[in-house]
Amino acid sequence: MAGESIIRVNGLFKQYETAAGAVPVLKDINLTIASGEFVAVTGPSGSGKSTFMNILGCLDKPTQGSYFLNGKEVDTLSPDELARLRNDALGFVFQGFNLLPRADLESNVALPLVYGGVENGERRKRAGEMLAKVGLGNYRKSLPNQISGGEQQRVAIARALVNRPRIILADEPTGNLDTATSREIMTIFTRLNKEDGITILLVTHESDIAAYADRLVRFVDGRIVYDGAVTRLEAGKA
Amino acid sequence: MIGPMLTEAWSAMAANRMRSFLTMLGMVIGVGAVILMLAIGQGAQYEVDQSIASMGSNLFIVLSGSTTSGGARMGGGAAPTLTLADAQAISELPSIAAVAPIAPGTAQVIYEQNNWSTRVDGTTPSYLEVRAWQLAAGYMFADSDVRSATRVTVLGQTVVKNLFGDENPVGKTIRIEKSPYLVTGVLAAKGQSLDGRDQDDTIIIPVTTAQRKLFGSQFQGSVRFMMVEASTAQAMPAAEQAINQLLRQRHHIQESADDDFTVRNLTAVANAASATARIMSLMLGAIASISLVVGGIGIMNIMLVSVTERTREIGIRMAVGARRRDILLQFLLEAVIISIAGCLAGVLLGVGGAVLINGIAETTVVITLSSIVLAFVVAAGVGIFFGFYPANKAAHLNPIEALRYQ
Repeated sequence: MAGESIIRVNGLFKQYETAAGAVPVLKDINLTIASGEFVAVTGPSGSGKSTFMNILGCLDKPTQGSYFLNGKEVDTLSPDELARLRNDALGFVFQGFNLLPRADLESNVALPLVYGGVENGERRKRAGEMLAKVGLGNYRKSLPNQISGGEQQRVAIARALVNRPRIILADEPTGNLDTATSREIMTIFTRLNKEDGITILLVTHESDIAAYADRLVRFVDGRIVYDGAVTRLEAGKA
Repeated sequence: MIGPMLTEAWSAMAANRMRSFLTMLGMVIGVGAVILMLAIGQGAQYEVDQSIASMGSNLFIVLSGSTTSGGARMGGGAAPTLTLADAQAISELPSIAAVAPIAPGTAQVIYEQNNWSTRVDGTTPSYLEVRAWQLAAGYMFADSDVRSATRVTVLGQTVVKNLFGDENPVGKTIRIEKSPYLVTGVLAAKGQSLDGRDQDDTIIIPVTTAQRKLFGSQFQGSVRFMMVEASTAQAMPAAEQAINQLLRQRHHIQESADDDFTVRNLTAVANAASATARIMSLMLGAIASISLVVGGIGIMNIMLVSVTERTREIGIRMAVGARRRDILLQFLLEAVIISIAGCLAGVLLGVGGAVLINGIAETTVVITLSSIVLAFVVAAGVGIFFGFYPANKAAHLNPIEALRYQ
């Protein structure tokens, strides 16, 4: 399954300037992720894993070091070029679902296509297909507050998939969901990874969620302390 | 891109109906006020222009010079320096349209048991053209009446009302200072002059009749003043010069000597009055524009609130690939929609109010297309101007912080 490297990070540092001085958050991160991998990112709060995901998601820039996405160096790109990458190379799934409350499910799923410049008819068609793929084909005109949390997260996944990205970045996607629903969501992620070959990076602190991944990267104090197979021991530390 | 943005703008406004309505109301009142005030101002200007036009257009008044009698200077018009022959000569100048020599006076006029004291102008038939005056009935006396000094008269409306009531005066005979005069015509109503005099309280008779029979002048053939109409407004300076030259020549005035006549340009007075009305109109518009600016600030205020409320939404949009200019455009579009919708309603309000005032107060209000277009352009401009700051603020949010915003 694993192919060429899709994400490559070299000597990455990130620090925030505060009134009290510079606060280092990431210290010398080196990581390569191959196309088609399913990686769980774990670590305690404040370990820097969220900052790392923001950088991978082209929402934030490193202080130092380089980041290659699909072989392209990202930190030299303009804000507009970064927006374009977020639009077609990446899909985001958040803990809080982050759907637009006033838009129906179809419009929510179609949102990335709007910014990708896709025609209206095509947008509806592809949004419909993606909703069907996550099992919500009959809820196209519903509003987010009319469906359950698990269903909302499935809509968010459909939105992340609609522009056919090769990578999905999921930040605690099951954090707000009960166990049974979490299992459903993880099944969808697993299927996307195994059947469609989509690379998945998943931030979690639950060991049974991390267990769905093939590879585990563990952050502590801004450094990677573990990078390898998902073992019961390492997953349990999450 | 614009299509979904319009939908989004609409749903954002629909989600906060009351707020959108109140924001829009600021623009509605602003635009309505501008249109209404411009309509009232232009109406006032129209009325001033009308009363200026009633005086006659492109007019000069040529006054005869003053005279000194026993050490007392008698003022302009007292010396018998202007003659009917002068009037004739001036009327032959190329830049002149018409000349009416005038021998004015006041007389008691009597018809049956009614009598009335009124202004009597001895003049020629060209008086009607110079004063831009129509006849309401009958006909004007002719040049032949002037030549033979006939006792005929044309009456102003106020005189008709006081002497005749509802009776038709044409063909009747009135007495002016004991002599009978045949009424040949009636002047149309002209209303008040700029200085508030009743222009209709007058009668006109042939100038020769006035000179020889009514007032009796020791200088036969002289007139106090004449009204001279230039052919066009552009020709007025040339006409003034030509009149001066001609009269100096005719009166044999030496190079060094002063004129024995005065040429006054009435257009200057008219222009001043017109300018006053225009300034008033502008001032009304300017005051109303302030409310438009206040409306614009209302839009900015609400857009800032909206940006803050929708911070998370902005973060989501940025995460899925919205560029800064997409966010900017979206919020700008919302501001412009609010201001243009408010403007449309404001135009209706302003026009409706103007029509209402026209009906109730019977003052003239003039709505011009240009004032509507102006209000519209200003409103769209206000929307863009005051919408830009909030929209730009939204576009420059940090996506990470925006996503985290609760």
